[in-house]
Amino acid sequence: MSDEQPAVIVKDLYKTFKLPHEQHSGIKQLIVNFTKRKKGYELQHVLNDISFEIKKGEFFGIVGRNGSGKSTLLKLIAGIYVPDKGLVQVNGSLTPFIELGVGFNPELTGRENIFMNGAMLGFSHKEMELMYDDIVDFAELPKFMDQKLKNYSSGMQVRLAFSIAIRAQSDILLLDEVLAVGDAMFQKKCYEYFKQLKNNKQTVIFVSHDTNALLEYCDRGILIEKGSIVYEGKINKVVNRYIGILNKQEAHTTTDAQVIESSGSGRAKITSIEAVPAHAGDTIALYTEEQTEVLIKMKVEANEDIKQPIYGLTIYDASGQRIFAGNNLWARREFPTLKKGKSVEINWQIPNVFATGTFSLSPGLAASGGSEVLDGIENAAIFKVSKRQLSSAYTNLNFRMDIKND
Amino acid sequence: MCIYLITKAGERIKRYLFIFIPSGALLYQSGIINRRLMKLSNILSRRNRILLRELVITDFKLRYQGSVLGYLWSLLKPLMLFAILYIVFVQFFKLGKAIEHYPVYLLLGIVMWTFFTEATAQGMSAIVARGDLIRKINFPKYIIVVSGTISALINLLLNLIIVFVFLIINGVDIHWSLLLLPINIAELYIFSLAIAFLLSAMFVKFRDVSHIWEVVLQGAFYATPILYPVGLVVAASPVIAKVLMLNPVAQIIQDARYNVVTHQAVTVNSLIDNPFIAAIPYVLVILSIILASWYFKKSQKYFAENV
Repeated sequence: MSDEQPAVIVKDLYKTFKLPHEQHSGIKQLIVNFTKRKKGYELQHVLNDISFEIKKGEFFGIVGRNGSGKSTLLKLIAGIYVPDKGLVQVNGSLTPFIELGVGFNPELTGRENIFMNGAMLGFSHKEMELMYDDIVDFAELPKFMDQKLKNYSSGMQVRLAFSIAIRAQSDILLLDEVLAVGDAMFQKKCYEYFKQLKNNKQTVIFVSHDTNALLEYCDRGILIEKGSIVYEGKINKVVNRYIGILNKQEAHTTTDAQVIESSGSGRAKITSIEAVPAHAGDTIALYTEEQTEVLIKMKVEANEDIKQPIYGLTIYDASGQRIFAGNNLWARREFPTLKKGKSVEINWQIPNVFATGTFSLSPGLAASGGSEVLDGIENAAIFKVSKRQLSSAYTNLNFRMDIKND
Repeated sequence: MCIYLITKAGERIKRYLFIFIPSGALLYQSGIINRRLMKLSNILSRRNRILLRELVITDFKLRYQGSVLGYLWSLLKPLMLFAILYIVFVQFFKLGKAIEHYPVYLLLGIVMWTFFTEATAQGMSAIVARGDLIRKINFPKYIIVVSGTISALINLLLNLIIVFVFLIINGVDIHWSLLLLPINIAELYIFSLAIAFLLSAMFVKFRDVSHIWEVVLQGAFYATPILYPVGLVVAASPVIAKVLMLNPVAQIIQDARYNVVTHQAVTVNSLIDNPFIAAIPYVLVILSIILASWYFKKSQKYFAENV
């Protein structure tokens, strides 16, 4: 029965901040405001009516853009902030990692900081002594322990903090953008730790922008936009919607007329679109180097006869960059008239030139040489690409290299 | 002589009991202490003790970092202040001639006053200074304030050792009443903690508090009979002397001097006959800690946002 109890219950949560008009907080300002009968602050509604539950053993993602309120939500769950209205109930002990190395003091030595930071996680001096060697070894810093922290590089500080953090033993772990720091080697260690957490069925609340990490580790999640939950459910759907929001933001900043609006005349509509998984049964389409092509299946239904229909597709990456945009008009292919009441299936075969990441599909349907938009859905589906070969460009092309002796 | 001292000490104990027991019973009845006792287990929980310990160690380590004499400074500072005040006021202005062992009497007062200023100043800035912690983890905020006052308390205990060395050098007769000193220290600590709670919570919102408190401390130093014997004020105006003695710090320092150095020290009980008026300093201490705890508890919810 106790397993049925959720790890975290958030119910009807509201949070408002007072933003002072003046930077100076002081008695003078208080008197000035009082005599002028004005409020010295503005109310900012950060979270509105947030409700969700996290089950035990769940890897739960909280996704949202900067300023969407997700960090505030995290701090409310951690008990750092107090809600204005509503309830946060945490069943079990909870350790938040809003930041690595909380309590680190640059004037103290590495050794002293380990004990201080350990105390923050609830470990006594004795317990920390037992773990001390392991922590130092894992951080690969045995020579530096008697040096002051201010003489450490930022990478070394993060390594030390992370080595301590993974010792935390709580029913619930709260991770905020921990992956945003550190080099590739460190990130690899982080991912290994995450894998371990997932295998151990640890309850984790994970806040991130990194759609790859979210898809890889989280089971479920919520998407927050402007202080409200826009979507709650399976993580791939959440990420899908998140990429949608990012792209919409992109669309507002571009003047390109080709951006498809998600409105249509209703004469015909796109009924479905999906990236076909490489292996049957996969919940999300994942392409590796083995697949030379990405397969996309799109269905369209007509309410009236549509002459010279144009089927279009745009693919965005997670940062909103347009990686692919194509339609049969540009491809100089004419498709037969769409008959009233009939539906057709369009198959796209796009060379797998994509770099590792998550991509979203925005299909479109037009007529009359492109001047009449019949339908368009933004970010209707996603697929993932994971390649061994690295690339720092928007694409990751197959290429050959030769070397010859002179 | 010995019997006289014991009965004297007994009288003083009765005084303390007279003040503390009724007010304690009153608080217990009202449920305040009852609820506090329930929370005591929480306050002293393992995690909180661990945190408090590490914070105190860190505070202490950081305080004198980079100075050659290190911890010795916490002993040297009050001694130097004592030397200056002794030369100026005792040698030059000839204060305190009427009181036996006046140098030790003065030193004890200075040491206790130094504790009061240190504990309140460190406690006041503690929350703001540890803002990084408060914004990132959730833990009882009072621990930070307590840790700030505890390092001052450690300094006080070290300084008291020096006071005892001076006691012996000066050939002061040690009375049984010396055993009452811990009660004086406890009262001083509670009062300092109350002020620290109040100021630290206010300091988060109004940074002016630190400047105001600096000035208040300066004034209070002269308004408290530290340099000058109370007898001097009594001679000038008995009413003013009585009012001055209602200040808890004055009451505590004079009681401590009476208990440790000389029974010539004027205490609130010997100066004011009406026991209800004489109880005012003690009541002020109790009221201040209740008020401060309430205010601190009320405002601590918003420390993370405001700090």
